[in-house]
Amino acid sequence: MGLIQIGRHDKDGTPDIVTTTVEKAVNWARKGSLWPITFGLACCAIEMIAAVSSRYDMDRYGAGVFRASPRQSDLMIVAGTVCRRMAPVIRKLYDQMPEPKYVIAMGSCATSGNIYDSYSVVQGVDRFVPVDIYVPGCPPTPEALFDGILKLQERIMLKRVFLKQPDQVKPSIKI
Amino acid sequence: MSLQQLASRLQENFATGFIKAVEWRGDLAVTVARDQLHEVAQFLHNDPAMDFDYIVHVSSVDWPDDEERFEVVYEFYSIKKRQRIRLKTRVPESDCIVDSLTDLWKGADFMEREVYDMMGIRFRHHPDLRRILLPDDFTEGYPLRKDFPLRGKGWRDTFEFLDETAR
Repeated sequence: MGLIQIGRHDKDGTPDIVTTTVEKAVNWARKGSLWPITFGLACCAIEMIAAVSSRYDMDRYGAGVFRASPRQSDLMIVAGTVCRRMAPVIRKLYDQMPEPKYVIAMGSCATSGNIYDSYSVVQGVDRFVPVDIYVPGCPPTPEALFDGILKLQERIMLKRVFLKQPDQVKPSIKI
Repeated sequence: MSLQQLASRLQENFATGFIKAVEWRGDLAVTVARDQLHEVAQFLHNDPAMDFDYIVHVSSVDWPDDEERFEVVYEFYSIKKRQRIRLKTRVPESDCIVDSLTDLWKGADFMEREVYDMMGIRFRHHPDLRRILLPDDFTEGYPLRKDFPLRGKGWRDTFEFLDETAR
């Protein structure tokens, strides 16, 4: 991603000068230690658990340290069907997370409500929290979740750290 | 005791309240009159030959075209006798109330609250008849009734907390 430009080499070929921008370094640090909040709502959570476990090992992407507190996390993976009664809880957790924070809507239910077009199921978690990445699937495989995380990391690398971007000013969401 | 014997014993003891008994695939379902429900349940619970000590389930059915619209279904199991029985009673919409069985089986408490919450059938002498699944300020009605719109009446799309937290 053009993070590092290697400068002058020593005689034996090892680099001794590395140039980059502070912004890229900060983004690189942020994308490499995404700490997700422990948050599963339905069957998608099982795939999320599988993604963290030894066979798939999400820690390879720096996103394996699941925290039990929103105050220590910067990624919320909404994994499962969101009932209306759960919505204020999710919003409260999101509000407690420190900036910068990211949201992945994992699976069809968190994305759109899936087949549950009923009085109690929220038709997509993006109605009350801003979502960065949508992962399709019912439930998505761990590989699909990884794709979402890699896409999120690409997105993080494009963020401006010292300049306010339009998309960083989060507007109040109105339906 | 076979299911036939069970049904005929109920019929002997409750000649007025007994409406019908249906056996289907090894399960016995007895329909009784609403005013006799508690007495029949008490008999099932206390009689040594019956001894139904475990309440498995309380549920309700909405038959919108029937004269007596609702049906409350209790299911009991005798752990000692390994026997199962289903007890049904019909409730009209105009007078949506049945006797609570919480004095016989404590386990009926939450399940009756669920029936009250989702179907709007009240239970007489229930110790704590509050909503159990829906929020206390839910005003849209009773979601399991057949005339309730599938998508609700807007509650799922109103997020009053957003006004407080939006930045």
